[in-house]
Amino acid sequence: MQPPNPVSVIEAPALRPDTHGMLPRFDRVERVMHWVNASLFGILMATGAVLYIGQLSALVGRRELMRTIHVYAGLALPIPLLIGLLGRRGTALRLDLGRLNRWSRGDFRWFRRRTRDSVRLGKFNPGQKLNATFLAAAGLVMLGTGSIMKWFGPFSNDTRTGATFVHDWFAFGIWIAVLGHIALATADPIALRGMTRGVVTDTWARLRRPRWYEEITGLPAETPRKPRRVGR
Amino acid sequence: MDGAEPKPRGTPVGRRVFIGLLGAGAAGVLWGAKAQDWLERSVGPYLSKDGTGIAGFLPIGRFRIYDVSGSLPSRSKKEYQLTVRGLVDQPLQLSYSDLRAMTPTHVTRDFQCVTGWRVHDVGWTGVRLADLLTQAGVQSHAKALRFKSFDGVYTESLSLDQARRHDVLVAYQLDGSDLSDAHGGPVRMYIAPMYGYKSLKWLESIEVTDKVVPGYWEERGYDVDGWVGRSNGRRDDATS
Repeated sequence: MQPPNPVSVIEAPALRPDTHGMLPRFDRVERVMHWVNASLFGILMATGAVLYIGQLSALVGRRELMRTIHVYAGLALPIPLLIGLLGRRGTALRLDLGRLNRWSRGDFRWFRRRTRDSVRLGKFNPGQKLNATFLAAAGLVMLGTGSIMKWFGPFSNDTRTGATFVHDWFAFGIWIAVLGHIALATADPIALRGMTRGVVTDTWARLRRPRWYEEITGLPAETPRKPRRVGR
Repeated sequence: MDGAEPKPRGTPVGRRVFIGLLGAGAAGVLWGAKAQDWLERSVGPYLSKDGTGIAGFLPIGRFRIYDVSGSLPSRSKKEYQLTVRGLVDQPLQLSYSDLRAMTPTHVTRDFQCVTGWRVHDVGWTGVRLADLLTQAGVQSHAKALRFKSFDGVYTESLSLDQARRHDVLVAYQLDGSDLSDAHGGPVRMYIAPMYGYKSLKWLESIEVTDKVVPGYWEERGYDVDGWVGRSNGRRDDATS
């Protein structure tokens, strides 16, 4: 078993893991960052759709305004993340980025339905890790290609076409990832509360994220009356 | 990173996927033009026959809206005026309804952009440029035309021979609907056999001149005679 994580203990001095209380999942900085980011993504996806789909374009009009909003929202995209990462307030976020980056051996088995139940997950499941990684990279790719599209002066025709090509297909990927993320998050109200109020129930953490539960409470996730999962 | 943070365990898959995606994005910028060409050629014709409308969302076989003035020009049909001047016997000042009152011509062709995208079977409606020239009476020493857009920036050119082709229109409808601002409305040029940059949007005036004056993109390296498949170093199938 891993020793309790000092950061989490500092953030949750009144933690009483044995009383079916609540466990802190995302701190205020992470939640603000997430929702600012989510708003920017929403704005970008909406204005992007208007610019891309002719029928919507005709319906909404104001193409120039849509484009201006789209460009500024895109340029703003890295700002909340960068601010959130800096200094002492970014400790929890940096720690979580490390968690999203690292994959355990079990994480790979999680993708196979047959072996999924045997995997003891940490703070994030591999789907969440992939989603976060994809959106971070896609955000950067969109920023780069979007800049080429906007400030096309120094670029050749082929580069502009290439940038448009990448911007289009990554946009499809982002729509799929974001819609999937929203669907899965709303299907699990307790997990969603982790991002709205910052806490999840003790039981949820124990059952759904046992390795994370053990990491932050120092207690075993599986009590003796619960039978051990198959394959572990 | 803080020294207090625990040493991470496990494989850094996230970082690898992240870098891989950035690499894919960069490769796409470098070779996306070729990929787009290939998609327009191989998949485009099938998508244009798709009846469900789903294909219309894919980034293949669709119009892209460019402008060079930094904003989308807009002019109402009521305000709209087209001027034909220069080396003509009778300069013309035509309103939108004047144009609509003239004999309409329909042309359905593929629309090919010099940046690679191609829209299949686009229907255009408008007045033949040749008819306007006849009405204005082109003088004998005239050689070419110069088009100006009411975006204040864009210009284009045609030789008189090119301008008199039957598939060159002063267009006001696209696929049966009046031209939107984004598509160059209320009135634009449509030069069927040439790349899209020749089909000037937001048409304001046509000047008959004694020589070809290169247009906006032609001053920036595009071919003046922008025949599809025979110019700008491209090998697209001809559109007309």
